[in-house]
Amino acid sequence: MTSEDLLFSLSWVQPELLLAGFVLLGTLVGALFGARSTRLLNVVATAALFAAGVMALMHRPEAPQDIFAGAMSIDAFGAFAKAVIAFAAAATLLLGAEHFHRLQDQQFEFPLITVTAVLGMFVMVSANDLIALYVGVELQSLAAYVLAAWRRDDARSSEAGLKYFVLGALSSGLLLFGCSYVYGFSGSVQFDTIAAAAVEPGVGLMFGLVMVLAGLAFKMGAAPFHMWTPDVYEGAPTPVAALFAAAPKVAAVVLMARMLYEPFAGMEHEWRQVIAVLAGASMLVGAFAGLVQTNLKRLMAYSSIANMGFVLMALAAGSPEGAQAALIYIAVYLPATIGVFAVMMALRHQGQAIETIGDLAGIGQRHVGFAALLTILFFSLAGIPPLAGFWGKFEAFRASLGAGLVPLAVVGAIAAVVAAGYYLRVLATVWFSPSAPSDVRPSSGVSAVLAVVGAALCFPLLLVFMAGLEHAADAAVRASF
Amino acid sequence: MAGFVAEFGVLWGTLLAVAQVLAVMVMLLLTLAFILLFDRKVWAAVQMRKGPNVVGPFGLLQSFADFFKFVFKEIVIPAGANKTVFILAPLMTLVLAFAAWAVVPIAPGWVISDLNVGILYLFAISSLGVYGIIMGGWASNSKYPFLGSLRSAAQMVSYEVSIGFVIITVLLLVGSMNLTAIVSNQADGVWAWHAFAWPTVFVMFPMFVIFFISALAETNRPPFDLPEAESELVAGYQVEYSSTPYLLFMIGEYLNIVLMCAMIAILFLGGWHPPWGPIESAPLPGWAVPIAGFLVLYAKIWFVFFLFAMVKAIVPRYRYDQLMRLGWKVFLPTALAAVIAVGAYRVHEVAAARAAPAAIMEMTGG
Amino acid sequence: MLAGMAFYTLAAVAVVAALGVVSSRNPVHSVLFLILTFFTAAGLFVLIGAEFLAMLLVVVYVGAVAVLFLFVVMMLDVDFVELRQGFLNYLPLGALIALVLLGQIGLVASAVLQNQAVQLNPDATAQLAATNAEAVGSVLYTRYVLVFQLSGLVLFVAMIGAIVLTLRSRVGVKKQSVSRQVGRRRQDAVGLKDVRPGQGLG
Repeated sequence: MTSEDLLFSLSWVQPELLLAGFVLLGTLVGALFGARSTRLLNVVATAALFAAGVMALMHRPEAPQDIFAGAMSIDAFGAFAKAVIAFAAAATLLLGAEHFHRLQDQQFEFPLITVTAVLGMFVMVSANDLIALYVGVELQSLAAYVLAAWRRDDARSSEAGLKYFVLGALSSGLLLFGCSYVYGFSGSVQFDTIAAAAVEPGVGLMFGLVMVLAGLAFKMGAAPFHMWTPDVYEGAPTPVAALFAAAPKVAAVVLMARMLYEPFAGMEHEWRQVIAVLAGASMLVGAFAGLVQTNLKRLMAYSSIANMGFVLMALAAGSPEGAQAALIYIAVYLPATIGVFAVMMALRHQGQAIETIGDLAGIGQRHVGFAALLTILFFSLAGIPPLAGFWGKFEAFRASLGAGLVPLAVVGAIAAVVAAGYYLRVLATVWFSPSAPSDVRPSSGVSAVLAVVGAALCFPLLLVFMAGLEHAADAAVRASF
Repeated sequence: MAGFVAEFGVLWGTLLAVAQVLAVMVMLLLTLAFILLFDRKVWAAVQMRKGPNVVGPFGLLQSFADFFKFVFKEIVIPAGANKTVFILAPLMTLVLAFAAWAVVPIAPGWVISDLNVGILYLFAISSLGVYGIIMGGWASNSKYPFLGSLRSAAQMVSYEVSIGFVIITVLLLVGSMNLTAIVSNQADGVWAWHAFAWPTVFVMFPMFVIFFISALAETNRPPFDLPEAESELVAGYQVEYSSTPYLLFMIGEYLNIVLMCAMIAILFLGGWHPPWGPIESAPLPGWAVPIAGFLVLYAKIWFVFFLFAMVKAIVPRYRYDQLMRLGWKVFLPTALAAVIAVGAYRVHEVAAARAAPAAIMEMTGG
Repeated sequence: MLAGMAFYTLAAVAVVAALGVVSSRNPVHSVLFLILTFFTAAGLFVLIGAEFLAMLLVVVYVGAVAVLFLFVVMMLDVDFVELRQGFLNYLPLGALIALVLLGQIGLVASAVLQNQAVQLNPDATAQLAATNAEAVGSVLYTRYVLVFQLSGLVLFVAMIGAIVLTLRSRVGVKKQSVSRQVGRRRQDAVGLKDVRPGQGLG
């Protein structure tokens, strides 16, 4: 690799360089000025994330560019995903800044670690060999472990961090073990060489594939590797849970899509069954286990499991339409999820973000605005027709039916109906339960604004945006696969 | 060693190699005997005492008398001690201390094993030294030794970091990890020695000082002898040791000190080259060059040891938090900055030596 | 012949030491066996001509990581009886996993025997540069510069995370401030009192 290659490579990773530069300089600023610099770093981190997202979107190549001797591949698919990740992370970072400001828990490391996690996700999204994949996953996960345990004096938060760490380490082990098999039986860590070897797969390569998929499914939070999700969401601080529900999912989905469609494209027949099982299990677990939850964060965790199931259903199609549907699904799922978390944080109960469904009782009578927002957001998550969520589900079903996966689509339909049941149960509490004598107080602030923005993005009025999104996703996928 | 086998056959080659190793060991032990005495004499002189002066002329045989006293004593192993580890600890200290000398070139061409990664080997072996202490302290099954060994482990791990970075600055200057190459790089007299070479003297002289002080801490010498601070911990990790095991600890410790002196002489003070130029240019017959080189290096080792002894005599003991502060907050950042500075200088130098684009190509491996 | 003898000795010691790690009753002995395993592994590295890696293994794992490990194990008051009970409870599961792993090793072995596994060229790095430190350096900072730098960031996050989750600024601790200590004047510290006999300072 010559210096020209290096400069060429660096020119394509400007968003990543921006984030890394922010983290390093931010640490220096934080170390010098301590907690006083928290506000500044929060603002700059949000700006940096926005800038990185915009840069990724603006500066995307026509054809995929292999850089760093093939360790990364920059393409429109990745650029689109990076923008979504960056915007979602910026939103959750704002939520977090407000949340910790209220709790008087000013630690300047929060924006730094969040941005590092995003950097890890960027690498995951663009990874083009197994080493970059693993390092990206690890960078993102390590930051996430720390964020989960952020409230270190809170037993639940510590538990969440520890549980996430131990199970995450296990899944990293699986991933690495699988990678070593893939390397051993294909002779390369590069995706294109693996793709050549995967045309005639042996047992070893199959084994590696399954292990790698298991590791990635864990990172996505797909059943049967979902067991960490509810506990971590419940224990982690609410804005951190919002982050977990948003940005890492995109990265994991894109990485999964890339693994399936690039190196293992030749083994479609083999992996389709695995993905279909993962998808079906996730949808069912997410739908049925969600029915009995009383804690809103746990509910959102099961909701995310179910949604990952739908995404996997789209990916199981194995066609470019599948990747496109997955991308659209995840893009419309994000605003709704972040919106729900924002409402949870805007409605405060004794100074804390609300946590249980019971806290929402009677909101419909007293705070109509928030109740309306929640309705829109949950309707979108449930996939009620005019809202954005419906289009996501529609695309997913269309992709899987197009590939002839009828049984999977049936399972998906059942799960969607059941899941709609628990979303509606929450809304019933919101509108029809007698108002409990709780002192839930709404606050105006960043979280309220973000809730409105999230709801607005779910709105059918933005069908124009939807059309644009579909077009963008379509273009991205066509340019990349 | 492999060379001997190739040249003289399996039997004689192996015997020759063993003889070579034995010769180095005997020389080291003899040096140790007198350096111990020298240490005590310097200390005594600073305090205006005479020091050991009874056994032999001027007390020259004092160390041998001590040696026999230790050997003839009974070995006491405490009842609650973990026997295997208790005995293993001093043995390990001694073996490691000797093992390190395998790569040290004691004269031009005189080295048991001329490893490519010699300096790394030295660093690795000296970082293992902590095990003897920590095992000894733990196996004694007693509070004071354990506290002493914990202190020691923390102290040695901390100072290893700055030693490592200082070594890296030297490596950057030389471009090799081979100790012979490091010495050859300093052939042209005192102004080519790494501690004084122009223009890196501004960085490398402080590095020399940091290395010296870190070496004191790494070998648990005063003023950093906290692991055995006798006023607090009786004798630290050695409390329960007596007789030969204690002697082994003692020998290991002093071997490490001499090794550190040798490393300072080799890394910073020109190794076997005299201050006025390369040893090879001296008006000597060919066979005498290694001997003269050996004597020069030997003198330098004694000089550095004299500094060690003077520090012991003059400087009061550090408090533990001061020790940690010095290691992590002063030496580590300084050494890191020096690595960057020397690295930048080397890049500049390489770029100046060749046409600029070619140099960049070479550095990026293109 | 010499190399063969060295290999079998080192390999045997490594295996025995690894068994010692899991079968020792005393966790400190386990760690010491672990160190022995690392050390023999370093010896094996030397045998295949990777002396740079061998030394790094010793410096990093034996010299630093295992010391801290030993430190922690010695300080912790581990209840061995309780540990043994858990061991028996999870024995079936552990045995199952071990069996699966054994099967996988068998898979690899059979693939190698049938020449299905890809043959890698061991001389690939040897041709690159004279010493293996140079060989490692020449790819680490060019071909693998991205993952190398990212690994640095991973360690950085780990460090920051450890500090965030554990560092507490305790109140009431007196810290040494060298500049204040040196900058102190006599007037700030010493006052002369003229004490009359039998009256005290009042």
